[in-house]
Amino acid sequence: MEVIYTMLIRQVKLFYRSRPRIMGSIAQPTLFLLALGLGFGPVFEQTGELDYIQYLTPGIIGMSLLFGSMMNGMSLIWDKKFGFLKETLVAPAPRTGLLVGRSLGGSTTSILQGLIVFTLSTILMGYRLGHVVVVPLVIVVMLTISLVFSLLGNIIAAKVDDFEAFPTVMNFLILPMFFLSGAIFPISNLPPVVITVTRLNPMTYGVNLLRGTMNLDLSLFNLVDAGVLLFLIAIFLVAGSSVFNKIET
Amino acid sequence: MNSQGNVSRPDNRPENDKVIEVSHLTKDFNGITAVDNISFTVQEGDIFAFLGPNGAGKSTAIKILTTILRPTAGKIVVNGCDVIKDEHRVRESIGVVFQEHTLDTELTAYENLYYHCVLYKVPRKERKDRIETMLNHIGLWERRNHLVKTFSGGMKRRVEIVRGLLHYPRILILDEPTSGLDAQTRFFLWNHIEEVNSEYKVTIFLTSHNLEEIEKVSRHTAIIDKGRILSIGSNQEIMEKTRTGSLEKAFLEITGYSIRN
Repeated sequence: MEVIYTMLIRQVKLFYRSRPRIMGSIAQPTLFLLALGLGFGPVFEQTGELDYIQYLTPGIIGMSLLFGSMMNGMSLIWDKKFGFLKETLVAPAPRTGLLVGRSLGGSTTSILQGLIVFTLSTILMGYRLGHVVVVPLVIVVMLTISLVFSLLGNIIAAKVDDFEAFPTVMNFLILPMFFLSGAIFPISNLPPVVITVTRLNPMTYGVNLLRGTMNLDLSLFNLVDAGVLLFLIAIFLVAGSSVFNKIET
Repeated sequence: MNSQGNVSRPDNRPENDKVIEVSHLTKDFNGITAVDNISFTVQEGDIFAFLGPNGAGKSTAIKILTTILRPTAGKIVVNGCDVIKDEHRVRESIGVVFQEHTLDTELTAYENLYYHCVLYKVPRKERKDRIETMLNHIGLWERRNHLVKTFSGGMKRRVEIVRGLLHYPRILILDEPTSGLDAQTRFFLWNHIEEVNSEYKVTIFLTSHNLEEIEKVSRHTAIIDKGRILSIGSNQEIMEKTRTGSLEKAFLEITGYSIRN
């Protein structure tokens, strides 16, 4: 447990010691929030079916979780390149512990980003949380979503040695996952083929669950969302442990 | 380390004269043989140098000894434990200093050493004392809370060497520990390494391209080239076999004078 905690704390320290990283990770979702909220908000609201800020805010928080968690794998590539990974690989610490600690660290930093977006949206855009008592549950949901993508980011990073290839691979995965998740527009009216794709997208379940929890609009379908995310965490833990146990440098 | 900055040995270590036993080790990379059927042993308390030109197979062998690379064939036993079947116990008993710097430059010196203590299960109540003693010994206690990225190469190397000793390993493996360092830092480090070996019987296994320094420090040497061990023995034996007066000349006689890629 101490190995997990130590790796977690390390990831958090690396994050808060990098001001450009903090600024970038806050600026991007804030820009999306302002641009989409102010741009599309009135359009959606004219239809009378949607309070767009209530719809958009969980989606942009989901975006912070997705981007922050997946890009956390970058620190593994960095550690491969600059040697710290070797220090951890020659240590008698369980590699699964290293994976979980790194992933929880990435999750923690992306949750912090998500909470900042939530605060900004409340102040600037007038977002209203369903009820204050759901805050702990919202954080648990954020942790679940971010852990899925932190584990996935670390697994991919463990297999990729090219410093420049990783962001390319990540963008190839992250952008479709974000746009086809229902984070910024409803996906129920999309063509059937695209709907099938959205159902294969883990982010769809994350955004659904987060929106239902934050807006206190939960249904039985959200149990499916939670089940899919927990199942993915289990799968990625098993796969990630196997990959980490085979890392050679 | 005790208060004088020296390494204390735990009492529960298994007794075994041979701390490294390598038999018929081979490592292939996609049909290219980096290490070709080598065998050697290292006795407890020895300073054993593993020498070779660039690309000879030294670093590959070290990676296998330190369990971060799997051999293609052969049996490697470190401190009585097989590096494949019992890699966890091998890792507990060795300290490693890699050729390239492996400190986390975004952490402080203290944080780097503390995290090492966690990874190597150093008892919690001993951590601060061990780190303080070690950092005092290398003159960096005052810089403990500075980020490593502000350190010079020599300072980083000093921290890495004491980090390798924090968990009281039975063997310290050093891959070109003085590469790129100034004369003062090299002098300090070799003295420290000899002190750790002579007073506390920590076996030293090292590589270096500085043959003059190796001749002074090591007691036994293996010369490897193109993946094969060409000569092994005490430094004196190697020099006598080649009828040369220095390890460097013996090395050139054995491995040839042509430049390697």
